[in-house]
Amino acid sequence: MQVPTMAEMMAGGETPEVLFWVGCAGSFDQRAQKITKAFVTILDKVGIKYAILGKEEMCTGDPARRAGNEFMFQMMAYQNIQVLDGYGIKKIVTACPHCFNIFKNEYPALGGSYEVIHHATFLQQLIDEGKINMKEGGAFKGKKITYHDSCYLGRANDIYEAPRKVLEAMDVALVEMKRCKSNGLCCGAGGAQMFKEEEKGTIRINIERSNEAIDTGANVIAAACPFCNTMLTDGVKNREKENEVAVLDIAELVAASM
Amino acid sequence: MNYVQQAAFVLLAGSAIWLFTRNSIRIKNNIFLGRDKDISGNASARWKNLLLLAFGQKKMFRNPLVAVLHFVIYAGFIIINIEVLEIVLDGILGTHRLFLPALGSFYTFILNFFEILAAGVIAVCIIFLARRNILKLKRFISKDLNGWPRSDANYILITEIVLMTLFITMNATDRALQLQGAAHYNDTGNFLISGSLASLFEGMSVTSLVALERICWWLHIIGIFAFLNYLPYSKHLHILLAFPNAYFARLEADGEMENMEHVQKEVLYMMQPELAPTGDAQSMKFGAKEVTELSWKSLLDAYSCTECGRCSAACPANQTGKLLSPRKIMMDTRDRLEEVGKNIRRNGEFKPDGKTLVNDYITVEELRACTTCNACVKECPVSINPLDIIMELRRSLVMEDSNAPQEWNAMFGNIENNFAPWKLSPDDRDAWTKEMS
Repeated sequence: MQVPTMAEMMAGGETPEVLFWVGCAGSFDQRAQKITKAFVTILDKVGIKYAILGKEEMCTGDPARRAGNEFMFQMMAYQNIQVLDGYGIKKIVTACPHCFNIFKNEYPALGGSYEVIHHATFLQQLIDEGKINMKEGGAFKGKKITYHDSCYLGRANDIYEAPRKVLEAMDVALVEMKRCKSNGLCCGAGGAQMFKEEEKGTIRINIERSNEAIDTGANVIAAACPFCNTMLTDGVKNREKENEVAVLDIAELVAASM
Repeated sequence: MNYVQQAAFVLLAGSAIWLFTRNSIRIKNNIFLGRDKDISGNASARWKNLLLLAFGQKKMFRNPLVAVLHFVIYAGFIIINIEVLEIVLDGILGTHRLFLPALGSFYTFILNFFEILAAGVIAVCIIFLARRNILKLKRFISKDLNGWPRSDANYILITEIVLMTLFITMNATDRALQLQGAAHYNDTGNFLISGSLASLFEGMSVTSLVALERICWWLHIIGIFAFLNYLPYSKHLHILLAFPNAYFARLEADGEMENMEHVQKEVLYMMQPELAPTGDAQSMKFGAKEVTELSWKSLLDAYSCTECGRCSAACPANQTGKLLSPRKIMMDTRDRLEEVGKNIRRNGEFKPDGKTLVNDYITVEELRACTTCNACVKECPVSINPLDIIMELRRSLVMEDSNAPQEWNAMFGNIENNFAPWKLSPDDRDAWTKEMS
């Protein structure tokens, strides 16, 4: 399967329907790469005309800005907007809530306005439009699954239903944690915490959250953020439950059910 | 005698209002020590927030049971204060139950309603005292509240119980006097609660009943004036500031961080030097170290905080034993602002006292623990945004003091050189595409 880049499309005189913004985690992190691959597999199967920026993509600047380094953020944003506008990008889909939030809410003030959609909403729309057809008796039918809300999708942007609707479309048995939706507990990665040691405390945030998810009795912890995925995977390993409980992105669940 | 009482009352009311006005101006001046920030436009959305969030207490209903209890005190406070209007007019004019002749049986009806509310307020205040002191809810026994803040909360609840008890006792003695046919005590009809208590006072003489009734009347109104002047020193100020704070609440998505326009411009001039204005570059400040460098809205937030601790109870860092507590961030900001305000009033301008909000009040470790998850922002019933303050302080740490953990400095370096937060080659960004089958 060929993953087209914007440069190639441009050279061929073509315009994609949507730019898939892969993000740093989706590009470099081995676990997150699987999410990226699952998502492009879906795009390919459904027949969406998409492209990626490839080597021209850069960090959006989210972790720098949230750590307090506005200069670094502004430099990355400037360069990204130059590239995106250079290609005349109108619509962006991304599997990372941090990239999604910063494009949707913070780039417009810098002159970078695009239609931005998170892959949870994108997948939900494809399902609603009948473009994704789930296999009869799919892999996760009836399976006990809990969904972990990403802060940057949930509280930051009020997207709680789209990922749940995607799960419902697979006929899973969705079980909620006590702290869910707007009360959801963070995985511990946001605000650039992903890139530093946690401050001193009584328990790690990701372990607290993973324990809550494991205690629902679910076989699968569904996430919609590569950073949440890493944090929860670590938490599940900490409880030595990695053989019983899988941490999967909704794109991986959908790709395996098509 | 009556004139003496009237004069005393006018003097009391006048000084109470004068003192309160003076303190309100002090607080307003303190708030405007903050950085200028244009919060205007979209008036309809702002009025809607004021109605839903402040007037309707929408966010309190995230916990419906507590919301209903709190609503009883709130409704009691607003509605029973209509009765205070009559009390104040009686005080000035030397009348007794001024509205009774005009309203007749309707007077009985509304006073009954006030009494039921007053009894409700007493009941809820007792429940709230129990939640704080007997049930010891986690957010109330937190070390954030050690010392004055914990007493403050109890004083408020006790005062409300005392005021409501005085109100009901006053009505009960009044009724007892009516039943004995005492002069000036016109028949109000039987009030539900005080009416059933009137029998307790049957055996008392008219003189002692009048004395008791007057004492209750005076203590009740003195209590209200004292409470009014207690507000500016107390967390209870939220009963007033929740309204403007809801009006000025941010309307953008919670995920949006405020843009630093001067940094944006600086970067633009670096990338496109032809756009840079000529002349010497101005020195710039980045983020905030001190309350005066926070926006005025953050300072209004600090005065609006009633220290309920819903923010800290929802905070992932706080729940897992980290030092960070969004409630403490707000309390520290208010404490520091009070101190800076005092300093300015004493010296005419701010005289450096060797302290700053960051380090001396809020430590770096607290700021470092925040995951920017917005749980505190979502929880706050009075539209406070602790995250704004945390981010402003973080910005100053990183950009003014180059004070970041080693791993963050490495992350900044990687973003700058490799365009990703990790030390990986940008050439490998699309390496995964080669693994697609």
